[in-house]
Order: sequence, then structure tokens, then C-alpha cells
Amino acid sequence: MLFTPTVIKNLLKKPATRNYPFVVREPFPNFRGELVIDIEKCIFCGMCERKCPSQCITVDKQAGTWQCDPHACISCGYCRDNCPTKCLTMNDTHRKPMAAKVTWIEQGTPPKPKAKKAAAEKKTDEE
Amino acid sequence: MATTVIPFGPQHPVLPEPVHLTLKVEDEIVKEAIPALGYVHRGLEKLAEIRDYHQMITVCERVCGICSMIHGTCYSQSIEELMGIEVPARAEMLRVIWSELHRMHSHLLWLGLFADAFGFEALFMQFWKVRERIMDINEATAGSRVIVSVNIIGGVRTDLSPDQLRWILSELEIVEKEVREMQDTIMNDYSVKARTVGVGYMSKDDAYILGAAGPTLRGSGVASDMRMLGYGAYSELDFEPVIETSGDCWARSAVRFREVGQSIDLVRQAISKLPEGDLAAKVKGNPPEGEVYMRVEQPRGECVYYIRGNGTKHLDRLRIRTPTFANIPPLLHMLPGCELADVPVIVLAIDPCISCTER
Repeated sequence: MLFTPTVIKNLLKKPATRNYPFVVREPFPNFRGELVIDIEKCIFCGMCERKCPSQCITVDKQAGTWQCDPHACISCGYCRDNCPTKCLTMNDTHRKPMAAKVTWIEQGTPPKPKAKKAAAEKKTDEE
Repeated sequence: MATTVIPFGPQHPVLPEPVHLTLKVEDEIVKEAIPALGYVHRGLEKLAEIRDYHQMITVCERVCGICSMIHGTCYSQSIEELMGIEVPARAEMLRVIWSELHRMHSHLLWLGLFADAFGFEALFMQFWKVRERIMDINEATAGSRVIVSVNIIGGVRTDLSPDQLRWILSELEIVEKEVREMQDTIMNDYSVKARTVGVGYMSKDDAYILGAAGPTLRGSGVASDMRMLGYGAYSELDFEPVIETSGDCWARSAVRFREVGQSIDLVRQAISKLPEGDLAAKVKGNPPEGEVYMRVEQPRGECVYYIRGNGTKHLDRLRIRTPTFANIPPLLHMLPGCELADVPVIVLAIDPCISCTER
């Protein structure tokens, strides 16, 4: 009986839910959604690979490929936070459902001066 | 009268997560309850051997799907204590804000599920409607609804701007008003009281001896709240443990309901006392050899982390003792003597978080 006023109020008010597939709420600006890479800016340092807690990123420096298993990604954003060139960003939308398992491979240009880069990699390892 | 054995769970309409109880029933009265756990064991503690101590935060956050923030805080605090890191005051206060938001939405979720357990669908939906505002605060400020992932070793990685703080306060104003509207229903309604008052009684001494934790313990009149230890920034805030003395399911729901108000108050205090400063301290090296115990108060009660470092980036041992684990012996003490129809209400009253328990 004590709940009756709330029930009457709810009957007179608009519904609290949205008619979802037709009405979609605006995403919040800081939402950690789908991972996006700007492969042109990537220097293949492998920092994202080392920081990723679910180990879903593989970087091949020689071949210049950046690989990600989007199904294993937990959207924590550690790779984005630690990327030295800020080439990793996150959308404010969820990843779309997929019917099949895919591996997401990006091909970029590998860095040219090899000896210098190798030394740089060692340094980050020590840290 | 012959004994009938009735299986309760692992799949049951009132159970959010799988736990099995074998109920020995005589004439609709439960005589004995035997639990069986292990349906959702994931072996997260073993992951400490292959993930480094920074990556383990995300693993610890996934121990529980509801109080992820407080697991992350507890893990970070224990590593910080082991490594002797001084956390900036602003980071500690920000942790309190998100922790209390998590406690609030966990309690609102539970109050809804509890209403559902005794068949009050409308109240269930109403509580979850209020909870949605807090989920929105989490999403807008930290980037995710439940796994806020704001903790890092040494502090937090997300800041709250003055605009966001003002928005949180204005949202909390609405939440408080909406929660107040339901106070009479959950505490004084005739049909709610008929299902909860006197059901699942546990005396103060029994609760203490059986090692109950959190609202189950406080509902029996023991003033035990790990936040009173003053970890993090709780030492600067002014609050008292919420206690009810009747020791039944009504008392446990009343404790949780009043804790929602307490959490709103704590968030307000934390925002008003939020100092300026850094977000995180610099962390260098690996955890040294040594061991640390850390206790924090989760929505469900006391949670204990035991960590042993060995000087490398991997931990030697990570042991998590969650509040639901502590609350299972009290549950088995409460069940004998109750009616079969009251079993869902009593099981729900300890707020079972089985994924936590089995990790």
C-alpha cells in the first residue's frame, strides 16, 4: 500500500526506459569503447604489447605489422595511455558484434634506422 | 515425518549466480542445508604468476562484477604498502568517491534483487531505475559502467573536473530524493515485513562466532566496519557504522538501505574535502620480498588480500578472501528451522556474490 503513490506517479510519467534499437542514447565523451590505431603514426615500439593485461596485441617491428585480437581486448585503455606517439585512441562506441572470429592486422611502414631503434627498445625494456 | 531432499540451485530464479544447496526438508521445514560451490571457479589468483603486478589490477577488478573498484583499490593499496609508496592525498580521496559510488550501486542492485526474491517486481524495477543514475556517473567520469578501472599502483589515472564534481552532486541530490521515496516501502510496508521480519534470525554472538561479515554482521548488532580502520582517506571522513539489532532479514535490508544514504553523505564529504595535487606517485622497480595483508570494506563486508612479493615483477602469492565466503557458514546456520518458501529470501539476504567467492 505504501508503494501506491510511486506507482501512480510512474503511470503518469514518461517511461524510464528507451525504445532501444530505435532510440539510442548519446555516448558519454570519455567512454572507453572500440580501440582505433593510426598506423601511420605508429613507431612499432611494442609498448602497447607489454602493457596490455589481456595480451591481445602483437607488434612485429621487422615486418611493420600491428596485430590485435579484438575479442580478447577488455577496453581497459592501458595501451592508449602508454602509447608514446598517441597513435592509439578509443571511440566512444561499443565494438559491433561479429559473426566470425577475426584477427585485426594493420600493415604500416617499419622504422628505417634499425640500429638506433634496437637500442631504444632495450632502454624501454630496462625501465 | 520422512525427510525429503530438495535441490536449490545452481540455477534458480532468485540466484544471480550459481550456488547449490541441498536442502533436507521435513514437512516444509528445512532441517539441514549442505552447500556445493565451484561452478564458476576461474583461478584468477594463479594468473599472478604470468601477469606482472601492474597488469594484475585489471585481473583483480574482474574478481567481482559489482564491486570491481574496491577490489582494485585493495590490490593497489597492498602493493603500495609492500613497496612503500606514498599515495597523493587527492588520489586517495578520488578512490573514496568511486568506492562509495560502487557501494551505492551494489546496495541498490541488491535491494532490487531482494525485492524480487519476495515477489515485489515493481519495487525491484524502481530500485534499478535509481541505480541507473549512478551507473551513468561511473560511465561519464571513468569511462565504463562497472569496471571503472581507475586504480593504478601509486594512485588513480582519471581526474574529476570541477564541472564533473558539480554534476555528481546534482545527480546525487536526485538519487537521494528517489531513494527516500522508497524508504517507507522497504522498511514499513506490511507485505514486505511479512516476508522479512523474524526470518533467518541470527543472534549477535552467533554472527560473531560464525565469522559473518559486512551487513550480515551489522544486521545482528555488531559494529564492525573495516572503513573505521581509516585506510585510504576514510580517516579524514566522519561516519559511523550502520547497525541494526534485530538480526533478521529485515535488519540486513535496513542496514543496506541506510548505507546507501551513508555513502551519499560520504561522497559529499569527500568532494567537499577533495585536495588539490598529483594523481599518482611515480613507481619504480618491482615489489620487494615480503608479505602484506590488506583489509577493506566491500559492499558485502570485509575483504582480505594477502600478497607475497619475491623481488621480481611477478607476485609469489596472491590470496583473496571475499566477504561472501565468510557469510556462507552464517547462512547454513540461518537456514535450519525456516520454511522452504523463505529459503530464497534468506539466501539473498547475505548478498551472495559467488563469482567473488570462487574467484
